[in-house]
Amino acid sequence: MFKFVLRRLIITLPMVVIVVSLTWGLIRLAPGNFYSGEKKIPAAIEKNIREKYGLDKPWYVQYGRMMGSVLRGDFGNSLRYQGQSVNQILLMTLPVSATLGLFSYLIALLVGILAGTLAALKQNSRLDYASMALAMLGLSIPNFVLGPLLVLVLSLSLYWLPPARWGGFPSWNLVLPVLTLSGVYMAYIARLTRSGMLEVLRADYIRTARAKGLSERAVVFRHALRGGLLPVVSFTGPALAFLISGTVVVERIFALPGLGNYFINANLNRDEPLIIGIVAFISIAILLFNLLVDVAYAYIDPRIRY
Amino acid sequence: MSSQNGNLLSVKDLRTYFETEDGTVRAVDGISFDLERGETLGIVGESGSGKSVTNLSVMRLIPEPPGRIVSGEIIFHGQDILTLSPEEMRQIRGKQIGMIFQDPMTSLNPFMRISKQLMEITQLHLGYDKDQAYRHAIKMLDTVGIPDAEARVDSYPHEFSGGMRQRVMIAMALSCEPELLIADEPTTALDVTIQAQILELIKNLKRDTGTSVILITHDLGVVAGMSDHIIVMYAGKVFEQSPTRELFAQPGNPYTKGLLKSVPDPAHEHGRELYQIPGLPPDVAHLPPNQCPFAERCYRVEDICRREFPPFVKLNDEHFSLCHFAGEVYAQSRVESDAKTAGANRRVAGTEASTGGGTQR
Repeated sequence: MFKFVLRRLIITLPMVVIVVSLTWGLIRLAPGNFYSGEKKIPAAIEKNIREKYGLDKPWYVQYGRMMGSVLRGDFGNSLRYQGQSVNQILLMTLPVSATLGLFSYLIALLVGILAGTLAALKQNSRLDYASMALAMLGLSIPNFVLGPLLVLVLSLSLYWLPPARWGGFPSWNLVLPVLTLSGVYMAYIARLTRSGMLEVLRADYIRTARAKGLSERAVVFRHALRGGLLPVVSFTGPALAFLISGTVVVERIFALPGLGNYFINANLNRDEPLIIGIVAFISIAILLFNLLVDVAYAYIDPRIRY
Repeated sequence: MSSQNGNLLSVKDLRTYFETEDGTVRAVDGISFDLERGETLGIVGESGSGKSVTNLSVMRLIPEPPGRIVSGEIIFHGQDILTLSPEEMRQIRGKQIGMIFQDPMTSLNPFMRISKQLMEITQLHLGYDKDQAYRHAIKMLDTVGIPDAEARVDSYPHEFSGGMRQRVMIAMALSCEPELLIADEPTTALDVTIQAQILELIKNLKRDTGTSVILITHDLGVVAGMSDHIIVMYAGKVFEQSPTRELFAQPGNPYTKGLLKSVPDPAHEHGRELYQIPGLPPDVAHLPPNQCPFAERCYRVEDICRREFPPFVKLNDEHFSLCHFAGEVYAQSRVESDAKTAGANRRVAGTEASTGGGTQR
């Protein structure tokens, strides 16, 4: 186990290098520059800027500098947000995105597992059909549609909830973004739980548990749930990755000062250090989360050993 | 046959049906039998004959829907368990009736330590605290012959071999000293040497505890050495019912004769192709009610078999057979068995003559 974790941690480094290199290459391939705007800049000023940011050097020198700063963990200063380092921006925006993402996933887990388990226990009942129909709906509506719809109904028509902006944690401002972000996951987890539980409930060892005379509650919670939830656990790895792309959209819709919103701005501004910084940070986060999921998997299923 | 006080379990006209898209499957269709205290009953039949459903019905573990116990009585300890509430039924399961299933590889919870799986049953039924239950778990593993039980009790099932897991299942089933042990094909998934060990174990435990046993199997060889009585099932019906010795010596049903002929006998049939009953077990969802379900596969079939459902004929006090020609088959078996005995004697005599007659049989 220790060896496995160590191996995975070591492999993280080359992965991040590859992701960052690809990102850097793509930025450079795109036409335009961070200083090229609507107004034409005089040639002398352009030359100054290029010298200042090292853009006059050959590409491999620029690449080397960039990679060096990434490996040192110091992404340099933002080109757009004057006087702020990328690390400062990361520290500032991370709590917003993490709150939104983790809170959404927790809600999705809670509601999804509950709905999925109930649906499995009452297979082919009205409850089952209703929750699975809702889940289908949740899967089919993209978050950029669900978000504005919720705003339209719950804030702009009914005036129940604030439509946008960050209000800290906890605050009413959080409700709509979390609902918007968690919708798809709730639906997906409900379906995963249902099918996982249905399979396990037919398993021989559940029959054994019943033959012992255990109550239905003990059969479900003590014996079935663990195996039934394995698909949900393995989904959590990729889910966290999707969650991050989800926060990008949702933060934009609700004007939240999170990582995702800054990421969009950074791209629009061609703010290279900030883009690289956020990409590197997110890829490390995803790799670590996946490692965490694998470790959790081994903990839940004793047959799995690394 | 009559329900005396000596009966622990008495099943009367049990019918368990399953509703499927293909129609109603009459998996068990009018089964009756008695089980005396301390007795071992073997239930034999091909796959799909209703053996397992019968016993899952006794445990009330039939999944509903699609399954349904349509009618009948299951008298256990003087009360009809079909009338018990689910709560009352749970008091019986695991405590008074223990059950061992076919596949030990899948019948234990893979996510739970053996100790916990053994402990929860005594904590539930005997009110043991953790300590008592843990000690009892070790004792049970020891009883079923798991070496170094104390060290292995905290293992997970995947760390045990198939035979060991079946021992664990037996330990679990016997934890609360049930009065009835139902073993549903306990050795089918195991290899042959382990089979013998497990059967021996069940036999010894039965002797030590006085538990009654229902042994379900498709292997006549398994029940031969274990059971006092045998029920032969086919298409959800009892085809023949008899004390074990008599069933083997003098079967009164063409189906039973087919089964007996299918048991390999390397001593006498070396090199000959193994007999098998022609055809396949019938589709119990589409069985015409007014004919013998075995008619299409029977060597003895006559017109009447396709026109009328056969009677359950009493051959003697303890021997019954579901066949239009039960008496005739019974008598025929007698002749064959006599001939066989005579033949065997002749062979033995011949061997003795050629070797100088040193060995005794």
